[in-house]
Amino acid sequence: MAEIQIRNVAKRFGSYQALHDINLTIADQEFMVLLGASGCGKSTLLRIIAGLETQTTGEVWIGGRRIDHLPPKDRGIAMVFQNYAVFPHLTVFENIGFGLRMQKLRNDEVTRRVTRTAELMHIEQLLTRYSGELSGGQRQRVAVARALAMEPDVILMDEPLSNLDALLRLEMRAELKGVLAESNTTAIYVTHDQVEAMSLADRISVMHQGRIVQAASPVEVYRDPAERFVAGFIGNPPMNFLPASNHGNGRWAVADQVFAGPDVSAAALEFAIRPEDLRPADDGLEARVRLVEPLGAHLLLTCDVAGTMFRAILDSDMTVRAGDQLKLAAMPDRIRWFDPDTSLSVPTAA
Amino acid sequence: MTDTAVLLPDQGQTRKTGRWLYAASVTLLCAWVIVPLYFLLINTLSSPETVNSFPKSFVPEFDLGSLTFFAGFQGMLTALKNSIVVAFLTMVMSILIGAPAGYALSRFEFRGKEAFRLLILLTRAFPLPLLALPLAVMFIRTGLDDTAFGLALVHTTLAIPFAVLITFSLFSGIPVELEEAAWTLGCTRLTAFTKVVLPLILPGITASAIFAFVISWNEVFAAAVLTIENRTLTAFLLQTLGEAPLHLKFAGGFILVVPALIFIFAVRKYLFAMWGIANR
Ligand SMILES: Nc1ncnc2c1ncn2[C@@H]1O[C@H](COP(=O)(O)OP(=O)(O)OP(=O)(O)O)[C@@H](O)[C@H]1O
Ligand SMILES: [Mg+2]
Repeated sequence: MAEIQIRNVAKRFGSYQALHDINLTIADQEFMVLLGASGCGKSTLLRIIAGLETQTTGEVWIGGRRIDHLPPKDRGIAMVFQNYAVFPHLTVFENIGFGLRMQKLRNDEVTRRVTRTAELMHIEQLLTRYSGELSGGQRQRVAVARALAMEPDVILMDEPLSNLDALLRLEMRAELKGVLAESNTTAIYVTHDQVEAMSLADRISVMHQGRIVQAASPVEVYRDPAERFVAGFIGNPPMNFLPASNHGNGRWAVADQVFAGPDVSAAALEFAIRPEDLRPADDGLEARVRLVEPLGAHLLLTCDVAGTMFRAILDSDMTVRAGDQLKLAAMPDRIRWFDPDTSLSVPTAA
Repeated sequence: MTDTAVLLPDQGQTRKTGRWLYAASVTLLCAWVIVPLYFLLINTLSSPETVNSFPKSFVPEFDLGSLTFFAGFQGMLTALKNSIVVAFLTMVMSILIGAPAGYALSRFEFRGKEAFRLLILLTRAFPLPLLALPLAVMFIRTGLDDTAFGLALVHTTLAIPFAVLITFSLFSGIPVELEEAAWTLGCTRLTAFTKVVLPLILPGITASAIFAFVISWNEVFAAAVLTIENRTLTAFLLQTLGEAPLHLKFAGGFILVVPALIFIFAVRKYLFAMWGIANR
């Protein structure tokens, strides 16, 4: 059992508050992705869990044991670094076996585990090389193998694929997912690439300015963003927003239309809809098309609705040209509402 | 097309001039260093008569008279031994003190770090003669005067700024992630250092140790003031050669210069690295 609990963790660098009161529980064997823009504190949180950084306040528990006062080596973790950190003075074999040697394992046991993890990562033919003789992708594999060979309870990865080219990244992503699913370890994976996050994660924790704004399954993060920030961050292109004013009895005026929404007394809300949840219709939001980008199967339209930029993804058999006037209907069950003051999601049913 | 045709001879001309200038300056700089050394060599290997005569010859006679004289000279071997002992102590102490300081500078954030770095360099701003008298008095009080260890202490203070700065740049060249990876793989701070950092910087450490050795070897002022019986080679030669004939002065200088030259030659790669000319 290696459940990770992060309790009220905060971190200051001098006068800069990098993390605010983080609370997060990661289940045993879960694949958790920390997703957020650059500088939001993902690495800092990961490094606090690893013991490479000390939190200002709060506690970290792994497998029912408080570990935040222990040095990294006693936490039962292994880490994969963004720049691989393969030791240049050791062969690939000795790199992978480094942690095992530190545990004073017998020679044949080291050989057995190194060979096995090397085979798992498809680098068994590189064992005698030095890191200077490896490509970036191969170094990445060595770094992962070195972490896996430890058979850790928890594996921590800080943007492990970000230095690889797009094709290799795709390949390694699929491979990592397979290997980690086999290994029964709890994984925390830091990335700012939302596609990577979506494809790898059991759960995604979206971070923003040192806070976790939502921790949920990829689909939930996509469909039901807890905050306006998440709605505007996830998805490519992200959600469209329009101001809505209270029309009484849970009805809201958006542009020239009236929609059914949450039955709350607020004077104003924000209406949000994903570009792919719009359909051309006889009755809908008046949109003036500014730009048409064909994406193969779809058309990406950039429009102007009530003076606000609005994107729609439509089937590519449509014929639309820039300057056209269009009516776009929003799929009713895909419409989301946000409170403009708190930027929190406002549920419709409540 | 025509453009290139017109430009080509011109460019060739400029490049030729440039190369000529480059060669000339390199030759001049080399001559600046090598010619005095060459004269030193010739005069060392010449008989006393040739040394004092004009015009000078440009080929050595291979007269080993002056050198053999030194080899048999009273106190010469003791002085040589003293020099080696002091230089060795200096080397060990400056690395033992300088390397941890260099490590701290490159790895830790602490108050006054910049001031500390500046201070290290400033220790070189004090002229040794200014310090020598109070030092001598203090050494006599503590009984450190006229000992190899006492002199090595002074030489260590001279060598430490270089040891700190060289090791600082060595440590800074090693990504922190390597150490952090070692920590997560079961190392303590100490074992991460010995298993990962040390193997990577050992060549550089050797270089800065040899540099400390050379500094001590070449130092003459403190050696002359602080020792009487246990003179190092530099101090010994300074004292005995003051009134000696010219040919012996040349031979003495030669004996001093050669080991230093050999050391510097051995570590030239690291001196370049330290100045950022070539990174390995
Ligand atoms: N040692 C430090 N001293 C001062 N500030 C720091 C330090 N480390 C990180 N920070 C600050 O803390 C904030 C969070 O940094 P962190 O490295 O966690 O970001 P990140 O989310 O990992 O970003 P990226 O995607 O660019 O890696 C940043 O604003 C950064 O400037
Ligand atoms: Mg980061």
